[in-house]
Amino acid sequence: MASTIAEKILSNHCGKDVRALDIAVCDVDFCFGQDGTSSIVIDSFRKLGLGKVFDKNKFCMVIDHSAPSPNIGVSEIHKKMRIFAKEFDLGLYDSGCGVCHQIVPQYGHVTCGDLVLGADSHTCTYGAINVFSTGVGSTDIAITLASGKNWFKVPETIKVIVNGKLPVGVYSKDIILHIAKDIGSNGATYKSVEFYGEAISDLSVDARLTISNMAVEIGAKIGIMEADNKVLKWVAGKSKRAPKPVQADIGARYVAVKEYDISKLSPQIAKPHAVDNVSDVGELAQQRIDQAFLGTCTNGRLEDLEIAAKILKRNKVNPEVKFIIAPASREIFLEASKKGLIDIFIEAGCVVVGPGCGPCVGTHNGILADGEVAISTANRNFKGRMGNPNSFIYLASPATVAASAIKGSIADPREYKKRLA
Amino acid sequence: MKKIKKKKNKITEGVKTPILTQHFARRLKVQDNINTDYVISGRYKFRIQDPKELCKHIFEDIDPEFAARVKKGDILVAGENFGCGSSREQAPQSLKTAGFYAVIAKSFARIFYRNAFNIGLMLIECNTGFIDDGDTVELDIERGKLKDVSKGLVFDVKPIPYVMKKLLEDGGVIEHFKKYGGFSFNEQA
Repeated sequence: MASTIAEKILSNHCGKDVRALDIAVCDVDFCFGQDGTSSIVIDSFRKLGLGKVFDKNKFCMVIDHSAPSPNIGVSEIHKKMRIFAKEFDLGLYDSGCGVCHQIVPQYGHVTCGDLVLGADSHTCTYGAINVFSTGVGSTDIAITLASGKNWFKVPETIKVIVNGKLPVGVYSKDIILHIAKDIGSNGATYKSVEFYGEAISDLSVDARLTISNMAVEIGAKIGIMEADNKVLKWVAGKSKRAPKPVQADIGARYVAVKEYDISKLSPQIAKPHAVDNVSDVGELAQQRIDQAFLGTCTNGRLEDLEIAAKILKRNKVNPEVKFIIAPASREIFLEASKKGLIDIFIEAGCVVVGPGCGPCVGTHNGILADGEVAISTANRNFKGRMGNPNSFIYLASPATVAASAIKGSIADPREYKKRLA
Repeated sequence: MKKIKKKKNKITEGVKTPILTQHFARRLKVQDNINTDYVISGRYKFRIQDPKELCKHIFEDIDPEFAARVKKGDILVAGENFGCGSSREQAPQSLKTAGFYAVIAKSFARIFYRNAFNIGLMLIECNTGFIDDGDTVELDIERGKLKDVSKGLVFDVKPIPYVMKKLLEDGGVIEHFKKYGGFSFNEQA
């Protein structure tokens, strides 16, 4: 019988043929926690009372959400993680290494066809490299750390086909915001979303990661893509394990098929306080901003920094705006530095901070004041997300964020068409 | 919470004795798409580990007075997509520690759904549009009924899936795992 990607990967990991809505206990290839969730992973693991982990090579912890620590409470959690890592000889990426969703694929912990769990909702990011990866809570990670397994309800699948060539100044972030507007924050709950189409194939792997990253913002369990040559090349340099690319069969069962044509798409903006509250950039031209943020697991990769640098080169950040930039990992920071991007940012008046999630999750490095407005490349604009419930967050692509930081209000990056072409 | 009839849940001729429980409904002004950042803000969850401290701050960003009104045994009432967003287990943990017996919503986001049952917090899917803040509701999980006593209305609730029921009966996934030395969902799953 024809299978979807989700059905195939879960079948491959439970030793029998499972279908949408079946329950399967599966072997998990890799799992991890970050510093917002690992404390409970540790507590739950200790409650199990086993005294040993299933396989120390199939787990790691990443200190990224508050890195380096902004207060004593967080420092205690970080200390607890370090002690636990030492006790069981587990991998720990400490402050400064980067955001978990950059670290996990970059260091080759995952490859095509894998089944991966993370105690972070944006674990769906690696769907772009053909991984069935999904976010769960801390206790689910503790169970997998101890047993190598977890239980899954096989998701039904929505097929999304994105056609057309992206216009200059419009990016994968704009595609996923456009899709979020159409499908809604609840529209793919518990579903697998398979992405196809010319527009997806044309994207770099970095840009595809942005789309899969935001699958959870439409409620999806995974947002997965096929492994083409770009993906196979990308993982080859990173993971020691052989990739096992998985494709859907012809005739696989989809609960819905959605088609989009993005050849005339404008830059998209998600307005406060919901990710599916999306407008074309032109509708928000008068909106003043106080802060801009470039970074996160959504858009903190080298390509994102390069796009922003093209716009910022020989330009100045508006004096009314604080523009904070956090590269997604140490390697990206270093690459950006070698390419001269960091110089461009600093000369433009940006504040470049260490790799981490801080500004996006409101832990430090740019908490907004009452009434302040931010434009960010992150994936969430919930009330209070950046640390203050009386502030306002707009989400956009790195290009739109950079253009807006210069103007002091929401700006259309297509004004920089020549630089971006 | 008043337990109006509680007997040991034993099987008699294949029919479980119903357990009826009575609760006060607590309803937020915001109903749909309540994310886990709203349940417990990152301002607290990243630095506080003690659930008793954390639970004082539930829903602070959308209704700062709400936490103080919650009493042990209350039921939280919400609309569509409750618990969307972040995977933070501190969200269901804070609701449980605050005293909520269960959350009733039209629908739940998937990570929150797993997390809640994993830690032994019951979630019930039901049409909640008719329940007002402060109503007294009566739950009959075995028969799948919810009665709004204040309004005299009875509604069907969606049956709790077998796996979730099993986790709940065992007191959460940790206890389930310890009891069976792994997952034990049998063929019924």
